[in-house]
Amino acid sequence: MATTAQARPASARPARSRRRGVSIRERGSYWWYLLPIGVGFGAIVIVPFVMNVVVSLFKWKGGRSPLRWYGLGNYTDLLADQEFWLSFRNSVFMIIAIVVIPTLIGLVLAAVLFDYLGRKFGSRTAAFLRATYYLPQILPIAVAGFIWSWILDSRNGSINSFLRTIGIENPPDWLGDPSQALSSVMAMLVWLQIGYPVVIFMAALQRVDPELYEAAELDGAGWGRRFLAITVPQIRPEIFIVVLTATVGALKVFAPILILTAGGPEGSTVVPSYYAYRSFFELSKVGYGSAIATVMSIVIFIVAAIMLTWQRRTDNERVA
Amino acid sequence: MTVAIQVGPVDEEVLLPPEQAAKSSRHRKHSPIRWLILAIAAAVAVVMLAPFWLLILNAFKSVADYSVNGPLAWPESFSLEAFSKYLDIVNYPVALWNSVVIATATAFLGAAIALLGAYAIGIGRIRASGLVLAILLLSTMLPHEALIYPLFYGAQATGTLNTPWSVIAVFTVLHAAFGTYLLASVMGTVPKELLEAAALDGASRWKILWQVVYPIMRPTLAVLVVFFFIWTWNEFYIPLVLLSDQSAQTIPIALSTLRGQNTIDITVLNAGSLLSLLPTLVFFLIFQRTLSRGVTAGAVK
Repeated sequence: MATTAQARPASARPARSRRRGVSIRERGSYWWYLLPIGVGFGAIVIVPFVMNVVVSLFKWKGGRSPLRWYGLGNYTDLLADQEFWLSFRNSVFMIIAIVVIPTLIGLVLAAVLFDYLGRKFGSRTAAFLRATYYLPQILPIAVAGFIWSWILDSRNGSINSFLRTIGIENPPDWLGDPSQALSSVMAMLVWLQIGYPVVIFMAALQRVDPELYEAAELDGAGWGRRFLAITVPQIRPEIFIVVLTATVGALKVFAPILILTAGGPEGSTVVPSYYAYRSFFELSKVGYGSAIATVMSIVIFIVAAIMLTWQRRTDNERVA
Repeated sequence: MTVAIQVGPVDEEVLLPPEQAAKSSRHRKHSPIRWLILAIAAAVAVVMLAPFWLLILNAFKSVADYSVNGPLAWPESFSLEAFSKYLDIVNYPVALWNSVVIATATAFLGAAIALLGAYAIGIGRIRASGLVLAILLLSTMLPHEALIYPLFYGAQATGTLNTPWSVIAVFTVLHAAFGTYLLASVMGTVPKELLEAAALDGASRWKILWQVVYPIMRPTLAVLVVFFFIWTWNEFYIPLVLLSDQSAQTIPIALSTLRGQNTIDITVLNAGSLLSLLPTLVFFLIFQRTLSRGVTAGAVK
């Protein structure tokens, strides 16, 4: 990045000025404006990313310890590593909790708020409800994690205190039971995420021509029909953006896992990002952690590319 | 683009024949089901707010009160014991100052760099701008795990580890990459005639940027600054690694140092969480409109 930004101006300038005509000809080139982001991007993203890939080819304990060439060994080790596969299996559950459930609930909530409650109880009611749904989104994740690790605590957490007062003797150990922890984490993530689709979908609905609804209503279409036939297709672009960004976020999710369970109990809630973190800073397997991070990046890029291609294709089909 | 969203529906309402609108709303008023739906929506809101309520309830309890009456009871008396204990463990004013410095510097620097970069792509239409945009977009999806170890060593080598500067540099660039991508597409909609007229008047590119493009971009830039601020403020992973020293920690990181310390009372954790979310809440209330406008701006592109 940085090198191209510096090398280009000399060769690019004459051709550009000629094409642009006399009006915008002057000293300097537009490439200069890319210099700050170019240099920064090179130093903060490109170089570290390349270094990370290079490190993934070595065995390294970090710090001053020697780097030992290992080739693709870290990657072949990953393929045989149960915990690595488990972490990606858990990523699927993260996608369910961060993408699937919030998007579906968010669609219904946004439509209900916008097109039902907003009209019957005034837009202030709808705006207030929307703000309460969005509140967890602005919370520092460290705070959200703390609140929930305490609420879900087995001994004196709020949920279990409540369950005991209504007479349940042995309430579940939400975060401590390996068969239970993943679903507890997922519940917290749904709570955290739900405001994002609601806010975006409600904004998108303002774009939809109200006459479409009027016409459908006159034709006798009920709320459910209008929801499926008008709301969902009309805000398709926003649904796509939410699904794409949330999927990428789900594949990267880290802080809630670190704070709520630290991957436990018995590794039942480990996710790739947490496994990479543990390899770096707890297990001192830096090369291995770098390999996990590289695989994560590749998986995310592939998933995003597939989704973007799919969206472009269906868009073209609609135009044609 | 945000303007179009806000203006559109208002126009439509004006265009609607008034009798028709009145009739349909009168017809709807009689259905009792609307109260049921309101109750369901309100129940969801209660679930969303319940954790905040519990947080407030228990932050003001004394340790003894909590251990006797549990987390669900009303406090026997409002005690500030937990807050003073939290302030003994964590240097909250320093953390607050660090957070303010880091988030403010990142927000303005990131937006400024994004404005410059987007000018080259959106207005200058440099060669390979499609490729540049694609790379910038990819970088927004990159997991921070793939950068963190080299960044850690880079910060150590430049002596910026455990100083705000490392985090400011990292997030300025990461956010500016997203900002460049977003602003470039918005700048593509600036009318060509405006730019050409300014150029004919003899304005340089630098002048055109500040006198023509910048005023048009101001609302979008404001949204970006607000978002960069709040993203940086809440950021967890990179500050956790780069700021291990208490003197440099941000508010969320300072709170997270208490993780797993069983000796610390729950009421203290609650007080700490409450203190840590307070600045974000204030910020949210002040900039609520900008935020909801911005969420849309990011979504529609």
